[in-house]
Amino acid sequence: MSTENLVHPELAGVEVHGMSRASFIMRGALAAGAVYGVGAVSPFVGSALAQTSTGDVDILNYALTLEYLETDFYQVKGASLKLSGLARAYAKDFGAEEAAHVAAIAEAIKDLGGTPVAMPKFSFPVTDQASFLKLASTVENLGVSAYNGAAPMISSKEVLGAAGTIVQVEARHAAAINLLIGLSPTPTQGFDVPKSKSQVLAAATPLIA
Amino acid sequence: MPEPLIDPEAPQPMGIVERLTRDDSERKRFLKMVGGAGAASFGAFVLAACGSSSSSSKTTATTAATAPAKTGTASASGDLAIANYALTLEWLETTFYERVVSAGLFKGAVGSLIADFARQEASHVQALQALIKQFGGKPVSRPKATFPIDSATQVAKLAYTVENLGAAAYLGQAANIQSPTVLAAALSIHSVEARHAATLGTLVYPGAGQVNTAITPDGAFGKPADMATVLAAVKPFLA
Repeated sequence: MSTENLVHPELAGVEVHGMSRASFIMRGALAAGAVYGVGAVSPFVGSALAQTSTGDVDILNYALTLEYLETDFYQVKGASLKLSGLARAYAKDFGAEEAAHVAAIAEAIKDLGGTPVAMPKFSFPVTDQASFLKLASTVENLGVSAYNGAAPMISSKEVLGAAGTIVQVEARHAAAINLLIGLSPTPTQGFDVPKSKSQVLAAATPLIA
Repeated sequence: MPEPLIDPEAPQPMGIVERLTRDDSERKRFLKMVGGAGAASFGAFVLAACGSSSSSSKTTATTAATAPAKTGTASASGDLAIANYALTLEWLETTFYERVVSAGLFKGAVGSLIADFARQEASHVQALQALIKQFGGKPVSRPKATFPIDSATQVAKLAYTVENLGAAAYLGQAANIQSPTVLAAALSIHSVEARHAATLGTLVYPGAGQVNTAITPDGAFGKPADMATVLAAVKPFLA
């Protein structure tokens, strides 16, 4: 998209490249179900899933890896440190929410006929509350960028909607952690900047043992 | 004075056992969304099923991004309607924060956060206006609005409510957006509304004992709100 007329060049940064979503959604046939009725369209459902589920499963497995990382970070690493006050409360609550994301995504992958990836071993270079919170901020903000970057590539409306319910919570976590350590809750101002899968994995790889 | 959109005093389950129980129901809600085969999802299924058979429909993301002016399709008008709906909400937030800032109720660090949020909402307005024009639409003008501005505490609660509603509104539309460009823009705004909501939550509900209420009032999965619900909730503020 042309950025010339954009008041906010930040939006140019959220441009998406080569995504498959539009190829089938831009067809303006969303009313087909209503026109033909549920019975008429159900024969298409199986083949539709066959065509789209691989991409969505891959994206969900990518999300699952990040959720494993967050869960392990809060629940295992967090528990191994002597956290106190809000740091302790956040680790406990956010950890439980990340674990709920893991369970939900794994289930969704199975529903689509895929196989959830196994949890990698993680290694977090934190030794105390301050370093723990600093990495928590990095990880949560990375999670927001990852979901925002991957979501436009999701084919299924249901998977997209579900990913949205998760990224909202990651953004809430990110803001709270940032505030706690004196960073801006909105580090990129009015627009969260998405990251590609390769950018995210490059940032996460040092944490994978 | 209109009632708050969401009762901020509503009891929240705080115990670990309650929370785990709730997480399970949240998980089921998520699965219902993922596995749901409601009428609305059939459109996407049919489109996907037909995806490779018609070359005229091969609208790639790049095409959508470079030739967005193509109007008259259901998708373009749908996205424009959603963008104007979002713009209406951003106008309301902008007006609200402008009045909060000029009332001078917040000082220091909180005052500067509020001023940041005010600027960010105004930047959402400008971005959506530009996006709508770029897609060949006409941005709605700023609606007249009225907000109760009494005390810092009351305003913070109202802001928390408004931001949570904004996040829910974007979430409710995400899956209806058809252009990846519009979707990416909406997502980049959606998570910022969520950040605002969580920040305000920590002000309104401080302390380690009410983390859920403050930051993740819907639990592990944000709850979407549809257009009718959101418009009914903001109606009291439209002058």
